Amino acid sequence: MKLRGRLKRSRAPFAGMRARMRARRLDDEVWDELEETLLLADTGLDTATTLVDAVKARAVAEGVDDGDAVPELLEREITAALEATHADRALDLEAGRPNVWLLVGVNGSGKTTTAAKLATQALADGHSVLLAAADTFRAAAADQLEAWGDRLGVEVIRGQEGGDPGAVAFDAVQAAGARGIDLVLVDTAGRLHTKVNLMAELEKVRRVVERTPDVLREVLLVLDATTGQNGLAQAREFTDAIGVTGVVLTKLDGSAKGGVVMAIERTLGVPVKLVGVGESADDLVAFDPDEFAAALVGRDGDDGAT
Amino acid sequence: MFEALSDRFDGIFKRLRGRGKLTPADVDEVAREIRLALLEADVNVRVVKQVIARIKERAVGADVAQSLNPGQQVIKIVHEELVTALGGTAGRLHTASKPPTVIVLAGLQGSGKTTVAAKLARLLEHDQGKRVLLVGADLQRPAAVDQLRVLGERVGVPVFSEPTDPVSVARTAVAEAERTGRTTVIVDTAGRLQIDDALMTELAAVTDAVTPDDVLLVVDAMTGQEAVAVAESFAGTVPLSGVVLTKLDGDARGGAALSVKEVTGVPILFAGVGEKLEDLEVFHPDRMASRILGMGDVLTLIEKAEAAFDADEAAKAQERLLEGRFTLEDFLDQMRQMRKMGPLSSIVGMLPGVPKEMRNAEIDDGELSRVEAIICSMTPAERRDPAVINGSRRSRIAAGSGTTTAQVNALLKQFKMVQQMMRSLTKPGKKGKRGRRMQLPPGMTPDQLGAMPGMPGLPPVR
Repeated sequence: MKLRGRLKRSRAPFAGMRARMRARRLDDEVWDELEETLLLADTGLDTATTLVDAVKARAVAEGVDDGDAVPELLEREITAALEATHADRALDLEAGRPNVWLLVGVNGSGKTTTAAKLATQALADGHSVLLAAADTFRAAAADQLEAWGDRLGVEVIRGQEGGDPGAVAFDAVQAAGARGIDLVLVDTAGRLHTKVNLMAELEKVRRVVERTPDVLREVLLVLDATTGQNGLAQAREFTDAIGVTGVVLTKLDGSAKGGVVMAIERTLGVPVKLVGVGESADDLVAFDPDEFAAALVGRDGDDGAT
Repeated sequence: MFEALSDRFDGIFKRLRGRGKLTPADVDEVAREIRLALLEADVNVRVVKQVIARIKERAVGADVAQSLNPGQQVIKIVHEELVTALGGTAGRLHTASKPPTVIVLAGLQGSGKTTVAAKLARLLEHDQGKRVLLVGADLQRPAAVDQLRVLGERVGVPVFSEPTDPVSVARTAVAEAERTGRTTVIVDTAGRLQIDDALMTELAAVTDAVTPDDVLLVVDAMTGQEAVAVAESFAGTVPLSGVVLTKLDGDARGGAALSVKEVTGVPILFAGVGEKLEDLEVFHPDRMASRILGMGDVLTLIEKAEAAFDADEAAKAQERLLEGRFTLEDFLDQMRQMRKMGPLSSIVGMLPGVPKEMRNAEIDDGELSRVEAIICSMTPAERRDPAVINGSRRSRIAAGSGTTTAQVNALLKQFKMVQQMMRSLTKPGKKGKRGRRMQLPPGMTPDQLGAMPGMPGLPPVR
């Protein structure tokens, strides 16, 4: 229930809705309000309309005729929509061989911090870890990762500032092979998905890693949960360019939202694998549709919680 | 990926064309489309409601100006409303009567504060002759101060920080600025969530300690609905005086700008438009409005076209075109008219729906000059009937225009293709693939495109 606990703030719009829905007849006004509440969670209009229609249909099918039941119906529909994709949300990490995870995303989404958190968790699970500072662009990005490496006692492979990120990734994969490291976390530079040359650079990093067969296990798109509808464009472009295997939704603790991941799963089939709900390493938790839905909609006793 | 508002309107306005006034029912239908467009642009739901209400009020019964069709008229109203909502005129930074002027930057993690600090320092130091001191008060994120130091070196501005606490760093920095004669202090603070009470209190303590002349909220243009909560919380904690919108070089519509402006009432001062340290611009409400509506700079384009475009000439040209008498002379006229609108590259940038590869491509305006030279080297008879141009005429034209016969041939071939294309465009009901690719401005038909100055024969994009 950690996710739900941490998402308390997120429920504000839904909590308000729950109170307003009480003992109301199911008329158009109710459906409009439901749609608006979903929009406030950044689901986008398509997803919101689909969900409202589904809730409406279910209300008719089950003979529900007052507003009290709406939040629960909504929760079930959100869960159903997320489970309908049958996505494999497990992270691919096999002990006894090098596994490379690539972290990609736009500027400021939280790639470096996510790398540090993933390293912490892998270490706790008894894996050996190597960090690769393939962000050679942002000033002091490698220093930031190195500071984490020092704290965690993990080696950081880095290159020249302004150097070739592919070379850093290559060195890291080689080093991991030589030293029998389990997990290589490659932190790449933030880049807007519209920058053609920067996306090509990322493709090259991927190719370089793939020169060692079978080591690239995950390409994780790090997405800031405060992102709105542009999140879908980001997911699409990164998926087209380098084949994203999963989404890490960061900073969900501050946000009312993350609704855009529903559109990402639905239209691109890319599963959300992890969500970040706080500053500490344990605050990066596995994504669970049921909990996400419950956290988003809230349960009894959450009324008016803000 | 999103349909431009102008395309959405297209269908509706086809039916409305020819009516003098917009009825409430028309406006309702249009309002629904505007709502969609604004929501897709991430404008906050509640802000959308307010904006729509204002637009409806103005649009019902509005006279449809003679020069505009109803579609253009409503888009104009929507655009004007958005420009007003975004802060009609540009705001500016405050200057302390007794230096140093202190600017504090605040915002969520990853919004781009450190980069903005450096960009702003560069702008003030180099373009406005200020003597800036950058202050690293982000003691949370590992290596944040290192990042600021590297950036400070790049823009040639000193950086102050010490490993104490943000409040004393800021306070000491102001004293340091007085001592070393720096006139402007820019304080980079740690990113924080608006719901983190401890960190918000700390931020308030920083601003209390140095009484800044400006407190700027740095907002990522990709922010969704949350922008309102963020803005409310920061505005409630510190005396916000302005906003900096970052990452506008992406393809986010940036509806967050509208939300933040509506909630805080403070002006949006700057926009981050690229990775380079020069890429910080003064914010333009009108450009942002067009962007939120997803219509390129169609309005500017319409205005430019109206200004540059001689309606009588165009009508004549179109008539000749319809009769299949479109000649190189008309071609030259149209090309010249289009060039009056400005360099081709800027015009392509203003068109909605132009693929991004093309938008970013280098467009060679020199090509147009070459075409002009070639046509001018022809005799009037040759211009009217290019079929008479034989080998020796080709050589003469090439010599006269300083080009090669191959280039003359290429132009003649291109002109022939344009003639064919224009014929197919002007045939009703035969829109073809082309019509879908180039999305036309609202209410514009392919016929009008044909009459649009110089549209045919755009030089090859390279």
